[in-house]
Amino acid sequence: MFVQLQGAWSPLFGRLTLDSIPYNNPIIIFAFAFSAIAGLAVVVPVIYFKKIGYIFREWICSVDHKKIGVMYIILGLVMLFRGFVDGFMIRTQQVMADGPSSPGVLEAQHGYLPPSHFDQIYSSHGTLMIIFAATPLLTGLGNIIVPLQIGARDMAFPRMNAISLWLTVMGAMLVMASLFIGDFSDAGWVGLTPLTELPYSPSVGVDYWMWAIQISSIGTTLNAINIITTIIGMRAPGMRWDRLPIFTWTTLSTSIIGLTAFPILGVALALLGADRYLGTHFYTAGMGGNLMLYTDLFWIWGHPEVYFLVLPAFGVLSEVIPTFSEKPLFGYITMVAATFAIAGISWAVWLHHFFTMGAGPMVNTFFSVATMIVGIPTGVKVFNWILTMYRGRITYTTPMLWSVGALMLLLVGGLTGVMLANPAINYTVHNSVFVIAHFHCMVLLIAFTIFAAVIYWFPKVFGFKLDEHNGKRFFWTFCIGTSVVFTAMFALGFEGETRRLDYLYDTDWKPMLIIEEIGIGFYCLSVFYFFKMLFVSIRDREKNRCGADPWGTSRTLEWLTHSPVPFYNFAVTPQVHELDELAWRRANNCEAITPETYEPIHMPKNSMVPIIIGIFAFGFGFGMVWRIWWMAGFSLLAIIAAVIISSFTPDPGYTITAEEMRKMEERKEPPGIVVDSHVPRPMAEERIV
Amino acid sequence: MDAHAKHEGPLPPMWHYGETEHDPISTKTLGFWLYMLSDALIFAGLFAAYGVLAQPMDAAGGPTIAQIVHPIAAFWQTLAVLSSVLAYSLATVALKTGNRGGVLLGIIAAIVLGVVFIGLEFSDFATLFSIGATPDRSGLLSAFYIIVATHGLHMMFGILWMLVLIPQIIRSGFNTAIVARLLNLRLFWQFQASVWVCVYVFVYLRGAIQ
Repeated sequence: MFVQLQGAWSPLFGRLTLDSIPYNNPIIIFAFAFSAIAGLAVVVPVIYFKKIGYIFREWICSVDHKKIGVMYIILGLVMLFRGFVDGFMIRTQQVMADGPSSPGVLEAQHGYLPPSHFDQIYSSHGTLMIIFAATPLLTGLGNIIVPLQIGARDMAFPRMNAISLWLTVMGAMLVMASLFIGDFSDAGWVGLTPLTELPYSPSVGVDYWMWAIQISSIGTTLNAINIITTIIGMRAPGMRWDRLPIFTWTTLSTSIIGLTAFPILGVALALLGADRYLGTHFYTAGMGGNLMLYTDLFWIWGHPEVYFLVLPAFGVLSEVIPTFSEKPLFGYITMVAATFAIAGISWAVWLHHFFTMGAGPMVNTFFSVATMIVGIPTGVKVFNWILTMYRGRITYTTPMLWSVGALMLLLVGGLTGVMLANPAINYTVHNSVFVIAHFHCMVLLIAFTIFAAVIYWFPKVFGFKLDEHNGKRFFWTFCIGTSVVFTAMFALGFEGETRRLDYLYDTDWKPMLIIEEIGIGFYCLSVFYFFKMLFVSIRDREKNRCGADPWGTSRTLEWLTHSPVPFYNFAVTPQVHELDELAWRRANNCEAITPETYEPIHMPKNSMVPIIIGIFAFGFGFGMVWRIWWMAGFSLLAIIAAVIISSFTPDPGYTITAEEMRKMEERKEPPGIVVDSHVPRPMAEERIV
Repeated sequence: MDAHAKHEGPLPPMWHYGETEHDPISTKTLGFWLYMLSDALIFAGLFAAYGVLAQPMDAAGGPTIAQIVHPIAAFWQTLAVLSSVLAYSLATVALKTGNRGGVLLGIIAAIVLGVVFIGLEFSDFATLFSIGATPDRSGLLSAFYIIVATHGLHMMFGILWMLVLIPQIIRSGFNTAIVARLLNLRLFWQFQASVWVCVYVFVYLRGAIQ
């Protein structure tokens, strides 16, 4: 409407021209080839084994919370891998481009990445890891585990759950598209204004970044609504608030954060979008704009987002540690209180991300003290976990190893966090890699617990355990890699290396940079062991089949039903008697009692609406990025039309009779998540609406 | 070692038979309240941005807020949106007795009053555009337009929702899904009126005396 664009624009293709495809960049060609081969490795077997119909009907159109959770986790792991490759490229560039005499290859003067490409890589590294790896991984875990832990049949709004998933996926697809069509933002994952304004970032990179986050964060907000409603409204009889498992508590608290924080991100980005598309002056340097407004709004979301990620991670620790210590969790009530204390304080600390803004001693002191207060409930949690392990019968299975590793990282990350909460120290190390090392310890603690959770709950979802031998190698290589990279990075921070450098001017940093690169080598090894763990486990799945409670010492309700969990979760809704229901049943020798009679149950039908909305959301995002107005407008209208049309055809669901339930339950292996032949008649025959 | 003491006496039942499902309308209403909480946060963010950008210097030499807001003109908008809520509330009163004609009449009246509101807002914007007070003039005008337009967009979606509900009511009467939608729309519509009250007070009335 108002803005003057640099470069060509046509009504049909917007800003998109053939030159937008970076076919002359060897690194991107390689990335494209790799992605294409990886994509084909998935697609070709699907076509060869004639599974397209199955994948489409039973997964893409699925409204089953477990399948949606699994798809979230697959998305998260793929994006985690891409984020890791970005990290690898950043480290390699820095170790190559140290000192004026360092050589340059390809188009770079030093190292192998020219500055703008390097800037895109660290921007996408941050965006991917926070928004498209950690967030979907934890959302997926919550999706799978929470309804099982509270004894529910499904989420409160199954179809909206699928919409959340596909919006998140399409956000990630936009980031992937930016790799091969156009470019990605080079303004950092936080998008510093006014650098992200059109005059300073005239290309489509910032638009990709903005719309990818915007679309996926709508999905996250909807998911938060769904989780809160599920936990409040769908608990099994007897599941009182004081019997709710800790992971469910933490997912509840995290969803409250998500529900209240993500709209602020939406506002921050929408105002930036107005600046870029309509020429308004929210964050401009002149004309009455206020660029610190963006920084404030962004971090009003950004800091709660950190706790949005870390609280479910704490929940995982609270489930894994008691199981493998064979003791109930120490201090259940203090754990819940600490969780909500952290969630509450999360809203009052955002300014510690920019103490150097110069808001004055009073403001900085307030946020400094508030930040340090976070250490108190976190300390309560750490001591609770340690006292749970104290005098417990600890078995170091892979999930337990990841959990103990996470505790170590929490210690290092937490203590450096308290250091950084002090404005005097913060002014010294602001923007240095010391800060980077600190928050990577915290985010890797989340990654550690995610791996713990995936390995811990994998047998519940798929019915066989992951290979412990390779799992432990995966853990140790990853753990050594983390220690080596980030110990060196803390030191570099004190030596004055600032963040986001594509060229390093100080050759004294060389030894530490080489150590970091060695650490990255360990990470590469851990990726190998991760895939080997998956491969060996799937190959030997028959050998590793397991019953309802594969670990033998689990405590919560989800381990009461079959492994793999049938699509209806529990044949008959369990009656809950105690906190740690399964442990109570085991203590009373009644964990093996199965229902004697069955009742008809009602299930929602699969639906094509969510994927249609997702595809048009991608079309909207892509159209907006390239300013192809017809595409964006048409997609937006199509989304609205899809919602309206689906409101005219409400899902009647279908009923499984008591007799069918009995047949399924008495089969040797109940229907699992990937076994399509076990899917009962109503599921296979119903027309998908 | 386990903290659970052995249960004394016969074991209680392990499984629950019969309905455990929550009332579907109250589940949907809870979900909708949560959605409105997130929507309220959007407006909170916008009001915060407006608070930052409503300083005299943010006018950047262009029109000040006192020059562009007209509390008397906006008063007619206030009257329209509040009477639209009243009309919709009368529709929900008719819903209690299952009076289909009463519900439809109330909704249509709410739509008409909502359209009047949107029309007044458009004519207000047209006047401002004609004197050169456009959103790209200054940070202050950007903030003014975004807050008023976001509310207007919500109003339009509410009207669209009512338009969709009319054929659904005519087609299938008051089944559970439609009653849930009617009740949630009542929340949505009253919420928009409350937001307008805030807009009127903080933007129009406060702006006029600055």
